[in-house]
Amino acid sequence: MSSRPVQEGLFDDHGLIGGRCGACGRHHFPAAVACPYCGAAEVARVELSETGTLWGWTAVTAAPPGYAGEVPFGFGVVELPEGLRVISRIEEADPARLSFGAPVRFALAPLHTDDDGTEVVTYAFTPSERT
Amino acid sequence: MKTAVEVVGTGIHPFGRFEDRAVTELGVTAVREALREAGNPGFQAAFCGTAYAGVAAGHKVLGAIGRTGVPIVDVEAGCASGGAALMLAAGAIRAGQYDCVLVFGIEKMPRGIIRSSFFEPWREEAGLAATPAYFALRAQRLMRDSGITKGDLADVVVKNRAHGVDNPNAMFRSEVTADQVLASRTVCEPLHLWMLCSPNEGAAAVVLRAAPEASAAGRVTLDAAALRSHLPGSVLSEATPLSGLADDMVDPPTTLAARAAYDEAGVGPADLDVVECQDTDAARELLSYEELGLCPKGDAGKWLAEGVTRLGGRLPVNPSGGLLSKGEPLGASALGQVVELVSQLRGHAGSRQVDGARVALGHTVGRGANASVVILRRSR
Repeated sequence: MSSRPVQEGLFDDHGLIGGRCGACGRHHFPAAVACPYCGAAEVARVELSETGTLWGWTAVTAAPPGYAGEVPFGFGVVELPEGLRVISRIEEADPARLSFGAPVRFALAPLHTDDDGTEVVTYAFTPSERT
Repeated sequence: MKTAVEVVGTGIHPFGRFEDRAVTELGVTAVREALREAGNPGFQAAFCGTAYAGVAAGHKVLGAIGRTGVPIVDVEAGCASGGAALMLAAGAIRAGQYDCVLVFGIEKMPRGIIRSSFFEPWREEAGLAATPAYFALRAQRLMRDSGITKGDLADVVVKNRAHGVDNPNAMFRSEVTADQVLASRTVCEPLHLWMLCSPNEGAAAVVLRAAPEASAAGRVTLDAAALRSHLPGSVLSEATPLSGLADDMVDPPTTLAARAAYDEAGVGPADLDVVECQDTDAARELLSYEELGLCPKGDAGKWLAEGVTRLGGRLPVNPSGGLLSKGEPLGASALGQVVELVSQLRGHAGSRQVDGARVALGHTVGRGANASVVILRRSR
């Protein structure tokens, strides 16, 4: 079965693609044409860390607008070693099974299948160990 | 002498669901009431706050009552649209551009989770346009940082719904218990359905006029109308970015707007007698106590538990019932607060009256991010 990313340029098979500012050194996600913190145009596209820690989480129990995938699904904030906090799907829909600071790892998550049979995938993070 | 901005008329169309009425009609009701109360003055400009009413929405309202010809400008600033309109109107009056300005807000929201053109299509497709999830993450963080419990969140709803019972302009007018709130379905943990306000419909209007600084006793003036956007860096900002920095020191837009408003009005949080603040969800109200500087960081739960912010307490918050009772018609929301606060300052709030209220603050914050803080005062 063929698949496509929900949006080009957000991630590859190994992790998120972000930007690093040549002027202030800070990272951002998604990669942008200018640094969202200092406005400098010298931004390099970089692959962000595959692993991070869980900083915030909840579960979405009803399909939000424009979403055709399954519910409930996990939703949260992952802190990456680059000093970046990223909004992401979390591959755990039971908030009670998650905890602050828990290690998480980048993963690809299927969203739904297009009419022509193409699977649409997005980025996510999954708990890398159970407590 | 510095020009003061006096509120000479207010009007409101109740907030709720009105299947048989177009948004223009809601606006006409509020505008006519405000103009009538003001003595039907000529106004030189009109600002209309709205996010969903479409092209030239303000023109349609004034066109329906034959009051076009003056500049009519629609203002969109998310939940703070009405606050933004007030800022523009007050600034123009202080600058001497206009003597009298009509400010109104109108909205007819779609049902359910608010769909916004703010989010790119892929973000919707990926399930990342789940607005209540962002509220939930903010609630969770407040619980972690300030020791708030889910019981506290339920108690905010209990308080505001009790306040709303006697407000004829509110959508929900029955009391609820904490157990009932916690028994409503979980939308996004820790937020249950009844902890979230309902997007709905409504309109509100205010007539502002230039007045000498030394206003006659009993007049209500708009002493500050500040609008601020977010600073970059906070992942949980109302700007709903996809990422932020691992830095907890970024001042939120509400704090920026509050500082500007206190400065403009020459008052501080200790001078306030009554507050209407953004309670999109129960946690948002508690967060507002801290971000507005009403209480020290970490004390919001204590303030709630001690009854400080209940009617009869030292600083009642949301005596109107808040958005949790009224529902939220975005463009009308901030002006609805002003209608309530003016009635409080005039001593016309009936069973919801805050005794002797003289200085009042209204606050909205949402998409953009946009945060507005207005300060109203009754002269002695």
